[in-house]
Amino acid sequence: MDLEAIAGKLNARFPEVVKSVETAHAGDPFLVIDPGRILDVAKFLRDDPEMSFEWLMCLSGVDYPPESIAVVYNLYSQTHGRRLTLKALLDRNDPRIFSVESVWRMADWHERECYDMFGVVFDGHPDLRRILLPFDWEGHPLRKDYVYPESYRGVTNKP
Amino acid sequence: MSPIENHFEDGILVTSLDTVINWARRSSVWPVTFGLACCAIEMMCTGMSRYDIDRLGSGVFRATPRQSDLMIVAGTVTHQMASRLKLLYDQMPEPKWVISMGSCSNAGGPYWEHGYSVLKGVDKVVPVDVYVTGCPPRPEALMDALIHLQNRIIKKRTIARPRDAAPRTVEA
Repeated sequence: MDLEAIAGKLNARFPEVVKSVETAHAGDPFLVIDPGRILDVAKFLRDDPEMSFEWLMCLSGVDYPPESIAVVYNLYSQTHGRRLTLKALLDRNDPRIFSVESVWRMADWHERECYDMFGVVFDGHPDLRRILLPFDWEGHPLRKDYVYPESYRGVTNKP
Repeated sequence: MSPIENHFEDGILVTSLDTVINWARRSSVWPVTFGLACCAIEMMCTGMSRYDIDRLGSGVFRATPRQSDLMIVAGTVTHQMASRLKLLYDQMPEPKWVISMGSCSNAGGPYWEHGYSVLKGVDKVVPVDVYVTGCPPRPEALMDALIHLQNRIIKKRTIARPRDAAPRTVEA
């Protein structure tokens, strides 16, 4: 089953959930999906026998200033030996999407890292805290417009 | 010819207390088990049989700062780690020494300009006795730093202090 077929299956089940099928870029081809229905899509992709994407290999964020931040889901089906990349574009001023932690447990720490680095809020996440930076850190460093702090807790950050 | 020569039995040696204290301290500089990044691999290598830091009396890596004399800061110190590093340093009993191993702990290393989360030198948090350059330094460099530190230790005067020396104070 190729990417177009997967997109067709998804659209048949959830009308217009796939916004576009991107194959022209370098790297993995991906589906741009409606962020509002990520949880339905995730459950379907995991549980449907034709899909069987049991494994969330990676969850990451990408900053596209000025308007959007993307959350990227890299899925793998061990049953069929297939990979799938999903991309959900969020509003950069209020990046917010539902957590898929209930579908793939390993999304837990990945979503925390995505929140830490990009400020994406994952609704329904059981424990959405920073994972790498100190809890009292200000800002989200992997955003393109991030300004480096002069100091942290009184310790200078200058060379 | 000193006046006390041949006045003692065989095996009796006369020396100053400072020499004995410094000899003991120099020969048992126990480091705290504390590695932060790739420099720690070189530090472990220094402890293994090929280089064998035990020859210098420093092979006893203690798992608690309360039994340690030396902190080898081997690796990248982040801001988050800095407060913990300071806590560990404060828990070490006097006298204590710090070796800053590698570019990262010396000055931030490759993160000195664009590393938002990396401390720009561990000397911003704790006082450093010896800096070791390298990225990472070879085991020989770490051993050289240790010998350098030992040479400083044997010059220290604990009992016979100079008359005009200021009273020793512990920094807050």
